[in-house]
Amino acid sequence: MTENSERRVVSVIVINEASVLSRITNLFSGRGYNITSLTVAPIPESKYSRLTIVTSGSVRVIEQITKQLHKLIPVLRVYEHEDIVEKEMALVKFPITENITDIDTLCQAYNGKIVNVGENVIIAMVADESKRVENFLKAIKRYNPKEIVRSGAVALER
Amino acid sequence: MQISGAQMVIEALIAEGVDTVFGYPGGAIMNVYDEIYKQDGFQHILNRHEQASIHAAEGYAKASGKVGVAMITSGPGFTNAVTGLADAYMDSIPLVVISGQVPMSLIGTDGFQEIDAIGISRPCTKHNYLVTDASDLPRVLKEAFYIAASGRPGPVHVDIPKDVTAQIAEFNYDFEVELETYKPHVKGNPRQIKKAIEAISKASRPLFYLGGGIINANAGELVREFVHKTGIPAVETFMARGVLSHDDALLVGMLGMHGSYASNMAMSETDLVIGLGVRFDDRVTGKLSEFAKNADVIHVDIDPASISKLVNADYPIVGDVKNVVTDMLKSVDKIDAENYESWREMIANFNDLHPLTFHEDTDRLKPQWVIKRVGELLGDDANISTDVGQHQMWTAQFYPFSRSRQFISSGGLGTMGFGFPAAIGVKAATPEKVSINFTGDGSILMNVQELMTAVEKKIPVINIILNNNFLGMVRQWQTLFYDKRHSETDLSAQPDFVKLAEAFGGIGYRVKTKEEFDAALKDAVAKNVVAFIEVIVERFENVMPMVPSGGSLFNMMLLEKKETK
Repeated sequence: MTENSERRVVSVIVINEASVLSRITNLFSGRGYNITSLTVAPIPESKYSRLTIVTSGSVRVIEQITKQLHKLIPVLRVYEHEDIVEKEMALVKFPITENITDIDTLCQAYNGKIVNVGENVIIAMVADESKRVENFLKAIKRYNPKEIVRSGAVALER
Repeated sequence: MQISGAQMVIEALIAEGVDTVFGYPGGAIMNVYDEIYKQDGFQHILNRHEQASIHAAEGYAKASGKVGVAMITSGPGFTNAVTGLADAYMDSIPLVVISGQVPMSLIGTDGFQEIDAIGISRPCTKHNYLVTDASDLPRVLKEAFYIAASGRPGPVHVDIPKDVTAQIAEFNYDFEVELETYKPHVKGNPRQIKKAIEAISKASRPLFYLGGGIINANAGELVREFVHKTGIPAVETFMARGVLSHDDALLVGMLGMHGSYASNMAMSETDLVIGLGVRFDDRVTGKLSEFAKNADVIHVDIDPASISKLVNADYPIVGDVKNVVTDMLKSVDKIDAENYESWREMIANFNDLHPLTFHEDTDRLKPQWVIKRVGELLGDDANISTDVGQHQMWTAQFYPFSRSRQFISSGGLGTMGFGFPAAIGVKAATPEKVSINFTGDGSILMNVQELMTAVEKKIPVINIILNNNFLGMVRQWQTLFYDKRHSETDLSAQPDFVKLAEAFGGIGYRVKTKEEFDAALKDAVAKNVVAFIEVIVERFENVMPMVPSGGSLFNMMLLEKKETK
């Protein structure tokens, strides 16, 4: 790509029907667009679902992504966000032998907490901006995380 | 009324005013074919391959302006049709394609003749449906026709499991389509239109860039009026051939890879491109950074995604070309045709410098002569389809097109095998016109089985096979760019085309001279039968002029100058 590539969050409101998700992902793969993350869930009390797609591309590519998404028949609306509140959740599993107090303190700094302590593992949760989640994941490396699950971002326009 | 899913299909097609369906039966679609047998609301044309059914429906749609309809079975029936769907999608042709599917209970079990049809058709249709309940069929079919024909047209695929076609449900087709998520933008923004008119009135070298969207919008006559009232020269894309008549003084010619020198130079020298229903295809623009480098761009298109996709539009207007040009015509008096006199002269000089022509300098007939000659003999009386390759470009260059919907060809996808079945569809739609298919010795063999369809249904398509014993266009590129290594393009091994036509019940002619050609064409037209006219043409003729792939429009390979015989 010759032009500058930038990260963008795009929200798509679609009719909640069979194969609508594959229409969206096919469009991205068929036209060579990136998907960094994708979340989807029904909008309460409606026939629609909301997808939040984190993508990247030049200004022209992002414009094409929104236009091409809008061309899909079951797509109601496409928001290419400028000013947003964005959150992503991560779950991390630690060995029980790690320092639970340290982990808890770290989690709290990233809007999270320890959600489960079992015989062998500690499970912690954080919910924050994607960039901050990444920082959290760097910070906990020394506590030997065994498994990490990220949810992908969700976003709302301010 | 309570009827079966299969009966609903028939009722819906009749309600949509369909008079011709192209198709091929098979297991999963049998319930529908059983109802076709019982009805007399439309004719069914049995092609001999599902790909041909789709191309025939495309030809029908392009010639008539109506939605083309094809019907096929599941599995291989469907996969055979995929090329046609992709072709229709690329060229924005309105189709409704109905396929059978294995019964719902077998879906996902790798059943006999099962394939994930809507999974495959998704990237090559405007929209598609898998119908899981017969009660959805009226809505789905009505939406399918509406979506296919409205906005930027395209193919819509409806996949119906066999048990759904047997299921009885309530049928009511008397309702309006309401799609909250699909509302094509047909009316151009008045402020943008005003700005565009101002830009035109201020430009000193404006140029119309006319595209296939004009034909889809049935805006040909309006565009002619607009061009004539403004006195602004126009270039046509391949897909727009016939929007202006070949003898129109303001028509510069076709632009692009095999466009005329004057057209490509005009595009390189213009200061304002007025794009109507175009999409800046790479075969048109050549090197993008050099395309219309000094020009502002007005871009009118129904598809917002076409605007500023490849070339930035300074005056983007989303809307139906017909509506937008109607609005533009209201303020056409702001544009003074006399302003562009010197610009028109400049273009005339380009044309004098390197006119679009060819040399008759060999013993064998030149393919371009054949095409020109058909134009002289039949002109407006014929609808012209083509296959894909050199003959296709020569047809676009040399046939004297005089109206929209006269030229039917596979532009975007470049599908060899398109021409003959498409010509069958064209003839079915416009029986009063002679249906000519210009083809090559490569392309014709890709759907040659359609001889049987045409002969059976007495659809007299005249195929003019420009035989150079080569896969000519690839051979040309090999000659020019691969140091004459003609890898796998020598088609010297050939059937006897005359006997081939005769074997199916058609007429075959093999001609080598001008006199023989005239006699064969006149005989075929007079006899009104399915014909192959095989013309032995010069083997090494190249399509010229030519912009090498990725080159700039103003940097063309030109025909060598010499005195014609």
